[in-house]
Amino acid sequence: MSGAVSRVAVSSHRHERAALEDGALARRLLIGGATAFLGVVLLLPLVVVFSSALKQGLGVYFDAITDAETLSSMRLTLLAAAVSVPLNLVFGVAAAWVISKYEFPGKGLLTTLIDLPFSVSPVVAGLIFVLLFGAKGWFAPLLQALDLKIIFSVPGILIVTTFITFPLVAREVLAVMQAQGCDEEEAALTLGASGWTIFLRITLPKIKWGVLYAVILCNARAMGEFGAVSVVSGHIRGETNTLPLHVEILYGEYHFAAAFAVASLLCLLAVATLIIKQWVEWQAARHRAGGHEGIAP
Amino acid sequence: MAKRVQAGSWSKRGVLPGFGLTLGFVLLYMGLLVLLPLSALIAKAAGLGLSEFWRIATDPRALAAYRLSFSTSMAAAVVNVFFGVLVAWVLVRYSFPGRKLMDALIDLPFALPTAVAGIALTAIYASTGWIGEPLSKLGIQAAFSPLGIFLALTFIGLPFIVRTVQPVLEGLDPSVEEAAAVLGASRMTTFSRVILPALYPSILTGFGLAFARGIGEYGSVVFISGNMPLKTEIAPLLIITKLEQYDYQGATVIASVMLCVSFATLLTINLIQRRMGKRR
Repeated sequence: MSGAVSRVAVSSHRHERAALEDGALARRLLIGGATAFLGVVLLLPLVVVFSSALKQGLGVYFDAITDAETLSSMRLTLLAAAVSVPLNLVFGVAAAWVISKYEFPGKGLLTTLIDLPFSVSPVVAGLIFVLLFGAKGWFAPLLQALDLKIIFSVPGILIVTTFITFPLVAREVLAVMQAQGCDEEEAALTLGASGWTIFLRITLPKIKWGVLYAVILCNARAMGEFGAVSVVSGHIRGETNTLPLHVEILYGEYHFAAAFAVASLLCLLAVATLIIKQWVEWQAARHRAGGHEGIAP
Repeated sequence: MAKRVQAGSWSKRGVLPGFGLTLGFVLLYMGLLVLLPLSALIAKAAGLGLSEFWRIATDPRALAAYRLSFSTSMAAAVVNVFFGVLVAWVLVRYSFPGRKLMDALIDLPFALPTAVAGIALTAIYASTGWIGEPLSKLGIQAAFSPLGIFLALTFIGLPFIVRTVQPVLEGLDPSVEEAAAVLGASRMTTFSRVILPALYPSILTGFGLAFARGIGEYGSVVFISGNMPLKTEIAPLLIITKLEQYDYQGATVIASVMLCVSFATLLTINLIQRRMGKRR
């Protein structure tokens, strides 16, 4: 750990601001209060999931997570992420490029519209696709003619997951691109590089940590979505159940240990997401410190 | 010659190529995935007629559901303002063992699937749970009551406040605090008169985000709420109930009301942020 270095930095920083020191007692109370609050609100739920999952022993735990229905719901969850993340990645990078590189009328409106799905309750998100593709929906006659089923079927789950995760990549990547400006891209243009070359050789290396971070967030949300998927899934066992829906079913049938066992898999996903996020932030900070600033005028 | 004209129109917009392709793709994708489906909701609601819409929207069961959703979201956001600012302060101003871990843990409610949070919180606060049992001995029922909904929304909303206040606190100019200290202000006065006012816009933003998220939240609440009509039935659950009875009109009306409230909340946040940006 680079504890020694950061401590020196902190102590010299502190020295400058001796007049601003909070008393030792106040500091201890505040840190203690924050730790206690977070311990109860955030840490306890994690602990209770694992403790409840293992309550009836490892045998029940492994039976639950290797059960055929669990495995089929895991496949659907992976499929939902595998469809929604790449789609939103392409959209997010394109949207960030358009908004950060050009000036055009309606840019503010476009930025606001991208955030729109954030303000829609997951349940409402499910509902609007039922209104479109459901038995009495706008496209019901067309779907019937083509013999296609979207609601209460896998395509519906893929569509609502993509809707729910729609703004995530665009938002993160846009923030990174706006912070970086486009001087280097314009320099490359004057040197004769084509649009694709500029994007692949100049922009992409600059935004890669932001993109990675966005993909991780998007993936976690896609795999964990519950409300919207619950509305369109129909809960058909072995067919349209995702992992979170499977947790709900097991819980509703009082198979608590099994429900928490499956939930513990999703907890591991969340913890892995947080660890990767921390690592990406650390990498990005290291690269910023590593002399990239020298390029800016 | 033609090229120069083109270059002229580019320079207003930006010189990089690819504008038409990327904007076209962005608009098409957003139109199909977001705008078309949302317009289906609006069209359906508009097709009902005002009196019918009003009748369904102000049904006693619906009113009880909004009241519950709004009041628990509000209470949770208020509590999160207090603890969120405390946590942000501790993370930014102090160094202590476990600070990095604490910082990473803040995002847990973003990363943890809501259904998992729901069953975990229910297990903790049910009358047999680690915290629910001592509370029930005191005569307080946590799970399956509005208190349970409030607890779930506190969990969900916390990162919104911390993550909006934290960067602002990091960016505060220490010389202003020094000036206050030199002029003889106590630490408490400096905090309440100098630091806190600088945080107000970010606190309001975080509050709005947490509130908007709270009124739409479903997964973490549905397990702990008890789901009794008129008592512990939140608005999103009422939509699901109506859908299960194939009452698409009813579901659409409740959804439109909720959508309007969360749009209004987020619009207010945008205005606050825009005003903040101008002042800088």
